[in-house]
Amino acid sequence: MDMSLFRSRRLWIPGLALLVLVGLATLPLYGSLYMTILMTAILMYIILTVSWVIFSGPSGYLSLASAAFFGVGIYTSAILLPTKGAVLPVLVVVLIAGAISFVVAVLVGALTLRLRGIYFAIFTFGLVELIKQVLIFFEISVTGTRGRFIMLVDTHTIFYIMLGIFVVLMLTAYFIRRSKFGLALRSIGENEEAAAHSGVNVTMVKVITFGISAVFMGAAGAVIAMRWTYIDPYIAFNPLFSFLPVLMAIFGGLGQFYGPLIGAAIFAYLEEVLLTKFPYYYMLIFGCVLVGTMLFMPMGLTGLIQRGWRRLIGGQHADA
Amino acid sequence: MLEVQNVNTFYGKVQALWDISLTVGEAEIVALVGANGAGKTTLLNTISGLLQPASGTIEFMGQRIDGLPSHKIVEMGISHVPEGRRLFTDMSVHENLEMGAYTSRAWKSRHETEKEVYGSFPILKERAGQLARTLSGGEQQMLAMGRGLMSRPKLCIFDEPSYGLAPIVMTEVFDVIKSLREQGITILIIEQNVPRTLEIADRAYVLENGRIVLEGNCEKLLEEEMVKKAYLGL
Repeated sequence: MDMSLFRSRRLWIPGLALLVLVGLATLPLYGSLYMTILMTAILMYIILTVSWVIFSGPSGYLSLASAAFFGVGIYTSAILLPTKGAVLPVLVVVLIAGAISFVVAVLVGALTLRLRGIYFAIFTFGLVELIKQVLIFFEISVTGTRGRFIMLVDTHTIFYIMLGIFVVLMLTAYFIRRSKFGLALRSIGENEEAAAHSGVNVTMVKVITFGISAVFMGAAGAVIAMRWTYIDPYIAFNPLFSFLPVLMAIFGGLGQFYGPLIGAAIFAYLEEVLLTKFPYYYMLIFGCVLVGTMLFMPMGLTGLIQRGWRRLIGGQHADA
Repeated sequence: MLEVQNVNTFYGKVQALWDISLTVGEAEIVALVGANGAGKTTLLNTISGLLQPASGTIEFMGQRIDGLPSHKIVEMGISHVPEGRRLFTDMSVHENLEMGAYTSRAWKSRHETEKEVYGSFPILKERAGQLARTLSGGEQQMLAMGRGLMSRPKLCIFDEPSYGLAPIVMTEVFDVIKSLREQGITILIIEQNVPRTLEIADRAYVLENGRIVLEGNCEKLLEEEMVKKAYLGL
């Protein structure tokens, strides 16, 4: 068989992407309701992971604020889509959630993206707690509630909106990576002074990208809230949603575009399986898998795939 | 083309440059020589906007540039190739060059400029897809110079381009600098290798303790007792 056809990524990557997309879009036709629900959860994790990677991957700034933007999205949904008297269409609520997350991220980013390394990571993590505590205070003292119920939304509608966010996110990630903007972002991660000296408006590039990644986290939160139907500040601002995207991205491998995507998909599926089969030990097994990844696959899953692929086509070329 | 007048620069309270004046004319190669700590790099950083002078003026093509931020100065046509190269080591050679053309004026013509740079440094074309950190020291220096040229500068500032290079590679670097002048680019250069630099430069300034102590044509400087003693080991 002519292997050169497979070697040209130009053909098979978009082809594969299209195939997967068609498979996903028609899932409700052939899959069970459970599969649709499971896929919604997997897509949510992929969205959180890939949008985390958009910013933290190239820039080298470790953000632990994902849960904050995700939670802002969840609460936007909870406030705008109560069980009785919701006025706005579901899709509009998702867009509003994305917009609010963007604004929060830009404000926070403008203040904190001067911090370097561990200081930035700690501050972003603190942000999750801060918003959570403020919200708890507000709910108890002003509205007098603990949690909120959310309007019932059709499972398929939820799935398709999640899928839509996923597609827009992948296109955004692709174009950022390919653009002058993406080049500037990577140069910041490499050497911030040299980037500034090349004429990059360093602060602007960082803040805008931080905002873009938050849009998708917020939108995903708004959608998943409709699945959960009941939320409170502890559910919405669970710090796990800050850590899981980081772990999933590392699991998949940060070197390649598709790494975090595959990592999140497998990881999210694993979580579901472990959670149903071993409800008491799943965190333990999860941890072991992660440690194993760090030890034996330092480049993540994609590192493993690439090694195998290179052996398969017998080429000695370095990756493109 | 470049006119530095009575510049004083401080690091906090410590004065690093004392009343420096120098000029660089169109298509000239001007060298700055002096011992470590004499203030050469400080002077270059003051010109390219990384440091602000406390007093004095710097004019480029008739316009004041002291006080402007460094990306504005790059845009006006001064390119600074810093000491120690400061490459984007995990980006490819091609991407490093693109970063050099980041300013909007240079970005439009980046493909043509890249071809010209490959003309000056053929080795970079061979290495275009490689990560910068996989290049040898000499190739990295050429990449740093190539990146500097990508902004289509009128004046190029080189800080120690031969630093840490094998003698044969050094010769290549000096040859490139000469050919750049033939293309009409003005050059201001700092070098440790004083004899080689005085060979290719038209004029030179000798810095000591933040002051200019000697200046003039290179042939004349090579005859000076002080230069012979201090830098040529004669």
